[in-house]
Amino acid sequence: MIIVRLIMQTVILALAQIWTNKVRAVLAMLLIAVGAGSLVLVTGGFEGFKKNILKEFSSVGANKVWVFPRRPPEARDRFSWRQIRMNVKEADGMLAKCPSLERLTPVLEFTADAQFGDRRRPVVKVQGIRPIWHEIEQRFVTAGRPFSEIDLEAVRNVCMVNDKAIEELGLPGGGPGNYILVGGRRFLIVGVVETKSVSPMFGQNDAQSEVYIPFNTAMAMKPDWGIFVVAQTRRPELFEDAKAEITFYMRKIRNLKADDPNTFGVEAIEQYIAQIKRITTMIQVFAGGLTMVALIVGGIAIMVIMLVSVTERTREIGLRKAVGAKPGTILMQFLVEAVVLCLVGAAVGLAFGYSVVLGLKMIPNSPLPESAVPTWAAMLALVFCAGVGVIFGMLPAMKAARLDPIDALRHE
Amino acid sequence: MTIRLSSIQKIYKVGVERVHALRGVDLSISKGEFVAIMGSSGSGKSTLMNILGCLDRPSKGEYVLNGKPVAKMGAAALAEVRNQEIGFVFQSFELLPRSTALQNVMLPLIYSPKRWMGARKRARGALDRVGLGERVKHRPNQLSGGQRQRVAIARALVNEPSILLADEPTGNLDSKTSEEIIALFKQLHADGQTIVIVTHEEDIAGHAERIVRLKDGRVMSDRKTTEDPIHREYLDRMAVAAADMAKHDAVSAASNGAPLAVAPEVRGHGEAKVTVATTAAPQPVGAKTGNTGGAA
Repeated sequence: MIIVRLIMQTVILALAQIWTNKVRAVLAMLLIAVGAGSLVLVTGGFEGFKKNILKEFSSVGANKVWVFPRRPPEARDRFSWRQIRMNVKEADGMLAKCPSLERLTPVLEFTADAQFGDRRRPVVKVQGIRPIWHEIEQRFVTAGRPFSEIDLEAVRNVCMVNDKAIEELGLPGGGPGNYILVGGRRFLIVGVVETKSVSPMFGQNDAQSEVYIPFNTAMAMKPDWGIFVVAQTRRPELFEDAKAEITFYMRKIRNLKADDPNTFGVEAIEQYIAQIKRITTMIQVFAGGLTMVALIVGGIAIMVIMLVSVTERTREIGLRKAVGAKPGTILMQFLVEAVVLCLVGAAVGLAFGYSVVLGLKMIPNSPLPESAVPTWAAMLALVFCAGVGVIFGMLPAMKAARLDPIDALRHE
Repeated sequence: MTIRLSSIQKIYKVGVERVHALRGVDLSISKGEFVAIMGSSGSGKSTLMNILGCLDRPSKGEYVLNGKPVAKMGAAALAEVRNQEIGFVFQSFELLPRSTALQNVMLPLIYSPKRWMGARKRARGALDRVGLGERVKHRPNQLSGGQRQRVAIARALVNEPSILLADEPTGNLDSKTSEEIIALFKQLHADGQTIVIVTHEEDIAGHAERIVRLKDGRVMSDRKTTEDPIHREYLDRMAVAAADMAKHDAVSAASNGAPLAVAPEVRGHGEAKVTVATTAAPQPVGAKTGNTGGAA
């Protein structure tokens, strides 16, 4: 109770002092406000940027995992391509041994020339897939039909194309029913794969022609080609488990000894998301840190006005000491005054920063629609401003506390 | 015994020189006394007042205030003693200009946590005591000099100090207001308040019951006011001066054609031969005759 009342009294006293020196206090507070405001503004704007990037990554599919052959970087020459390339047996056994995986498909990817009539595209991406691929990639068939098990079993020469391929090859009637030549083979188009709008950061959009053929047909065309596996975890956060399971399974099936390096790679999109989160947060904190320089400048301004204030109020300090204020009490009084100055400045700055960030969000076609001031930044601004008040208020407060009451009362 | 100073010395270092401001002062003041401390500048009276008020510590010697040895206390402990035991009244009032009378009076209570309860009521009581019960909301610039000093006295009294320590309390006041403030001191003294006044004015000191005179850092004399030879001499001198004044007025009055009358108490203090030159042209007399009446 008594402590609360003392603090209240000191705060009210400090506010009254600030009020009596309005212009000076407002100028110093402005510097603090600029610092605090830019802190929340920079971090808030960056939060929007971060969310945008993460959204683009998530659009690829947050729970996707790739398994692919890779020469161990530390022993590149020890393993031949034959040893490291993946085969269908490895891919097929994986789902049963890795409980974190929901579904997977082996993919055989190569480029070939595609031709329809006299129209020829020299380098077209051709992917051999299984029907489950549509589920994993979340890209479905918009016209015609997907591959059936019969297409795979019978190694049929059927294919699907994307909209870009229809456009580039000039296929009539939307695609299905036409025959095209892929790598010299004649394929019947059975379906059209939807074009999914994903980030331009990732190639899979409508930028290039794509041809999909049954996985078995692709294997028949390129029997020595390497394959990779695209899998989906049951939940995005299982990516670490999935990676561990796949690694264990692959090492076992390849009979790798304990000190052998991995002859394959496992990557999860979630892992990149986590990494990007880390990096962007780091940049955000760093940029926020830079704005604290402004706060320090504000702190110096606070110190200067407090020093002037102490000199001006020397007689008052002398009187207060004469009637019984202890050095510690005077110290507290001036410290509280500095801290109150800083916190009022911080509040003004936060209000300003919040409103600008809100504006960033509200403007039509905002580049940063997800901008939001992170709570930690606001708290940091307040705590840091209070800290600036304490640190830069300390020198003037100590000067006041050390004044000799006799000299102070004699001061003109 | 409220105050006991024994062989107090105070030595200041000015550059490499050592200045003896006090060279062994012994002084005791009992509860309820009204003491004036006098001395010319350089006599050490300011230093003595600072030590009495616990604003400063003696270089040597013992000071027991209300049973507490305060000579060796630290700054914080001395602050507490000042808060609890001493009420200061300064020549230039030292009121906080932007605070009301009540807030000014409450100032010592802020630093006295055990008195926070009912601080406002206590401050009002102190203002009532000095006759400013109606002026609690006024700021110093809305008060006259005498009223300001009353607020300062209320502030000094609010914590019920052992000593009221006044440093030239009438130095910034006109003589009529000074008399009012002195009357207030006498009233407080009659109520049992211990009062120490530091002054260089004999007529102010004359209201105290005891005068301590300092010279060159030592107590030169310490007597009851009525037995103090310097003060008696001063009173005589004042009486002569008053007589001279009266005579002068009488002369100017007479020269203006007023009837000559000398008051009986002036007559006893010596004789003056009054020669009136009647050659001066008669002038309007209204103001002068009025003055004569006042002096006589």
